[in-house]
Amino acid sequence: MTIATVALVSIGAHPASGRARRAEQDARAVELGLELAGESLHVLHAGNPHEPALRAYLGMGLDELHVLEQPDGADAVPVLRDYIREAGVQLVLTGSQAETGEGSGMLPYLLAEELGWPLLVGVAQIESIHNGVAQVLQALPRGQRRRLQVRLPFLVTVDNAAPKARQSAYGPATRGLVNAEVVEIVTDELSTTGVLQPARPRPKRLKVIKAKSGADRMKAATAKAAGGSGQVHTGLSAQAGAEVILKLLIEEGVVR
Amino acid sequence: MSDIIRRDPRAEWIARNRLHPLHAAMQPAQQSWMGPNGVMRKNVHGVGFIGPNGIKRIDRSGAQQGGVTKRAASATVQLPLHQVAAPAFFIAVVPDMVGGRLSSHDRDLLGLARQLAGSDGAVLAVVFGECKETAFATAGVDRLLLLDSQGYAPEQRVLGLRAVDNQFAPRHWLLPDSRTGGGELGRRLAASLGERPATRVWQVKDGACIGRAGAGLQDMAQPLRRLILATAECAEPVSETRHEALVVQLSTAVVPCLPRIEDLGAVEVDPAAVPMAEAEFILSGGNGIKDWGLFHRAAAALGATEGASRVAVDDGFMGRDRQVGASGTWVTARVYVAVGISGAIQHLQGIGACDKVVAINLDPGCDMIKRADLSVIGDGAAVLEALIVAVDNWRQGTLTPALSQREREPIVSVR
Repeated sequence: MTIATVALVSIGAHPASGRARRAEQDARAVELGLELAGESLHVLHAGNPHEPALRAYLGMGLDELHVLEQPDGADAVPVLRDYIREAGVQLVLTGSQAETGEGSGMLPYLLAEELGWPLLVGVAQIESIHNGVAQVLQALPRGQRRRLQVRLPFLVTVDNAAPKARQSAYGPATRGLVNAEVVEIVTDELSTTGVLQPARPRPKRLKVIKAKSGADRMKAATAKAAGGSGQVHTGLSAQAGAEVILKLLIEEGVVR
Repeated sequence: MSDIIRRDPRAEWIARNRLHPLHAAMQPAQQSWMGPNGVMRKNVHGVGFIGPNGIKRIDRSGAQQGGVTKRAASATVQLPLHQVAAPAFFIAVVPDMVGGRLSSHDRDLLGLARQLAGSDGAVLAVVFGECKETAFATAGVDRLLLLDSQGYAPEQRVLGLRAVDNQFAPRHWLLPDSRTGGGELGRRLAASLGERPATRVWQVKDGACIGRAGAGLQDMAQPLRRLILATAECAEPVSETRHEALVVQLSTAVVPCLPRIEDLGAVEVDPAAVPMAEAEFILSGGNGIKDWGLFHRAAAALGATEGASRVAVDDGFMGRDRQVGASGTWVTARVYVAVGISGAIQHLQGIGACDKVVAINLDPGCDMIKRADLSVIGDGAAVLEALIVAVDNWRQGTLTPALSQREREPIVSVR
């Protein structure tokens, strides 16, 4: 059984040169979709259909790509919502943050809110989908994983913990079809209130020493590794020592 | 006052001089006296005096004098208390509370909240689940709201925050834009409230904020939003005032919702596959380890990522990629267990960001024990063996009785 799956893609920017490319996280979402749905994966973009970087997604082994044609600065949420509602989609995959524009990462949240679907964030793997119930592995910081269970339909965002996207091949990329569709244009309010400017380097935090006296300043400058407040257990048997350590490890929740 | 213990020759001289007007005041405290029932009472605590090295001494030759201790109680600086009796408005902060404690990111955020609150507003911290933090007052929290939460329940948390929004109507919502939960919760709250958040904010100044945009090549400058997701180091943490941290309650209970996302719990991951720089729990071995097979078994039993000191790596017991310290990896573990590592300064630099350090060592005077929050003086191999057994017992649910009965007497050094 294949589930009607949509991957939402955007146009990325190379982090060093700023050149247009396929967005890293969106490409990972497409990869996840290709593993899950294969040929039937539906890839959707809202924006300019003539952008050459968009074809990099076709090069991942897709026959066609659907584009909802919009100028820059238009709001993508209402058109995507209407499209997804009408298409009878069960599963939406997307990257967690755009690489151009504001990149607030709000789009999946707003879509989930308006569609009334659950949203899973930072997914590493979709393990199984049986009888409309999916088991999903969510990536947590520090390399940890959590298993979640959710009922279809739902939205998924992926980040860098998801499997790496396959390489884009030039031939299929040029052969693939880009189906543009004209939609109603809704202007985004931010394009009038916010200003995009080249990123300024962030000020480095200074180490402020608030010492009042010279002795305090000397102490702050020559301070060795702090501590001194630690408990020291001497003369315990190995078993008792192990119990003390284990108690702390359990309290901190690192031993499961 | 200086904490250094010095002899006071003048006081000793007055104590010797019976004709001096202050002679009586300089006599050591009375050691024994007749009680009301005719029983001799003794002040056992008054015996002896603190010598020049800070060690208590008892002089039984009878020549003891000038023993009036002048040492001031270690003066902890009491910061001025900032009180907001009737807050004009609230600034709500939802800290991440990784491991139940305020992270440095949370403290930065509370500092930003304090800036926004000024003198009239109050900073309201909304904390979910269990919390082990005791320093809310010095972190700048005026009001503290504790909400119940178990496991991964983002939808329930958003409902809780909406209830807070209804009751307190905070002027600003501040959340950390982090992967540990704040970024997700903030965006969910934004979608639920219909507010447009300012994300990845790194500077708030004069009613405007600047946040990183896109892939980090651009900044977005915009007027200050009601909901702000701020990055680490967005402001200086509160350091000069103390706050009340009054616990407040929600007037109505949060309506429980039917969870659509079911949390099936954490999944075992191979600890060796976790990059050491971001591992949560590291068991590290050094020159004191003789049986490396046992060390590997202990790491597997505890589910810890393995690390090593430079000596162990140089001797070929561990790979170079496992070296912790200045020339190896700077680790950020929450819990770091050092077995047989004496703590060279380069190693201590590498574990500077660790929260809890546990040391197992034979030498009670080594630097690692000064750094550690918990140290056990003993043979590393024996403790590791015992630890493997204890973990197995605990996993099987047959936890051996805790150590509470065996608490030891404090050692008083009387020479």
